[in-house]
Amino acid sequence: MARMKFLCDADRCIECNACVTACKNENEVPWGINRRRVVTINDGKPGERSISMACMHCTDAPCAAVCPVDCFYVTVDKVVLHSKDLCIGCGYCFYACPFGAPQYPKVGNFGSRGKMDKCTFCAGGPEADLSPAEFQKYGSNRLAEGKLPLCAEMCSTKSLLAGDGDIIAKIYKERVVKRGYGSGAWGWKTAYKETVAI
Amino acid sequence: MRLSRSILSFFAVLGVVLGLGLSSPAMAQQNAPINPTASSVREDQLLNALKPGSAAEIGGRISIPDGKAATLIRPAGREWREFHQGTMHLVGAVAILGMLAVLVGFYLKRGKIMISGGPAGSTITRFGAFDRFIHWTTAGCFIVLALSGLNITFGKVLLMPIIGEVGFAAMAQLGKYAHNYLAFPFMIGLALMFLVWVKDNIPGMIDLQWFAMGGGLIGKGHPKAKRFNGGQKMVFWSVILGGAALSVSGWYLLFPYTAGGVLNLQFWNVVHGIVGVVLIGAMLAHAYIGSIGMEGAFDAMGSGEVDLNWAREHHSLWVEDEMKKGVVPARLQAAE
Ligand code: HEM
Ligand code: HEM
Ligand code: SF4
Ligand code: SF4
Repeated sequence: MARMKFLCDADRCIECNACVTACKNENEVPWGINRRRVVTINDGKPGERSISMACMHCTDAPCAAVCPVDCFYVTVDKVVLHSKDLCIGCGYCFYACPFGAPQYPKVGNFGSRGKMDKCTFCAGGPEADLSPAEFQKYGSNRLAEGKLPLCAEMCSTKSLLAGDGDIIAKIYKERVVKRGYGSGAWGWKTAYKETVAI
Repeated sequence: MRLSRSILSFFAVLGVVLGLGLSSPAMAQQNAPINPTASSVREDQLLNALKPGSAAEIGGRISIPDGKAATLIRPAGREWREFHQGTMHLVGAVAILGMLAVLVGFYLKRGKIMISGGPAGSTITRFGAFDRFIHWTTAGCFIVLALSGLNITFGKVLLMPIIGEVGFAAMAQLGKYAHNYLAFPFMIGLALMFLVWVKDNIPGMIDLQWFAMGGGLIGKGHPKAKRFNGGQKMVFWSVILGGAALSVSGWYLLFPYTAGGVLNLQFWNVVHGIVGVVLIGAMLAHAYIGSIGMEGAFDAMGSGEVDLNWAREHHSLWVEDEMKKGVVPARLQAAE
């Protein structure tokens, strides 16, 4: 079985934000929520780098551990998903997540902000695969169609990689060896407790 | 001879040092590939530079309107999770089960504390309607807040296996609303409680004597006390200070955007959770002694009228004061 991960090669990312837009459109993400975002570090300085970040689908995910109604589940591909039917919108996953992935459709206090929403690795939710109910709540289920997340698939510089962790780590390692530098597999240490040696 | 040897060896060493020094940059230049981004930020550097507190997040600039999304990595989420699933559960279980164990032990050893002289048959007013209204508003809210709060902490372990995930989620949602809305009458009740009772709860020497005598709970005899004895003053101040801590921390949890970031929310959650369970433990003891633990105590908050002998035993100085004010105890109608 694959162990799905994201890896953003910051030395390639040009901060075009196409992944952000692709995700919003593919999944009909509610207004005000960005499941994916691009953060620029040291903006305007010589060493600036941009990193595209979304839910990392952590190993032993903190969000799942703290959820008071235990509404998270992990798919066979190790994608971390949740049930919006069970979610009570309490905000605990939002406190625990190291990547700021969980978001809520409404402003106000937790409990009246609606169901938590986050990146699904384009893998839908607990409803039947590719059903209208699934699309309406979670967006598209590209994994069920045999495709990878759209953000990574359409990344023009192939900076954002999505897929089996071992394979994308290998691609990244080869790049680093070939060009001789790399700013790191951003988020990996925090999400997977391991990183790609550079 | 000796001198020339040492001069020779000196030059030999110098030669080696110079040779190495000259050759190493050349070697490095041959092997190192061109790095056009030598000054680029690296994740491991930033992670290592993280300090608890202000610099506990890696962030940058973002071009979407949601400025909060500019935080890239916040490893502290992992620590908060450890706290919430570990320490919080432990402190909660110890505070509540520990207190229940103490109370059961106390009951088995000491039994219900009876009025030593038996009921007098006449009563004196202890709490008027307004006092009792405030007490039960605050206490009622507290009980619901405590249960709905504990449901967040322990519900999925204790209740979900019994009622199933769908039923539990529906209940937890209700609990969440209850916790959100009852927070407000609780805070109002707390403020009123403070205003109405603070004048009788200023700690004094008499309280030290009360504690020295074990409050009449552990030792023998009845220490002197005014309107509230030492133990009750402790209850009062735990409720006021604990309630204030719960109100402040709960306020930030209720209105997350006033807290200034997720790290602060994690902090307030820790304060809220720990103060909450400790106060629940304390209130278990209070509720015990105010009901099944002591004959005649509940009447003070029930009808508001307490038996004169009960009052003399537990609040001797208060009774004297009331009598001086000209309060006349009411005779109970003879039982038929
Ligand atoms: C069902 C549970 C409860 C029972 C049976 C109960 C009963 C009582 C009684 C009988 C008194 C009067 C004691 C006296 O004669 O001076 C009292 C006082 C008081 N109660 Fe409660 N109570 C309960 C819950 C609570 C809760 C949850 C709070 C806090 C929010 C609270 C706060 C107080 C305070 C501050 C006083 C005055 C200080 C003292 O007497 O200790 N009570 N309660
Ligand atoms: C002043 C009023 C209060 C406010 C504004 C308040 C607010 C909150 C909020 C927003 C939460 C977050 C959890 C959730 O989303 O349901 C919470 C949790 C909690 N509250 Fe309160 N609360 C208040 C009073 C209390 C009181 C009086 C108690 C206990 C006696 C209490 C015990 C708890 C507990 C145990 C949790 C769960 C903590 C955890 O597991 O992390 N709260 N409260
Ligand atoms: S990135 Fe956040 S939301 Fe995604 S699995 Fe990790 S903790 Fe959960
Ligand atoms: S917001 Fe929803 S998913 Fe997140 S912890 Fe609360 S109930 Fe679970």
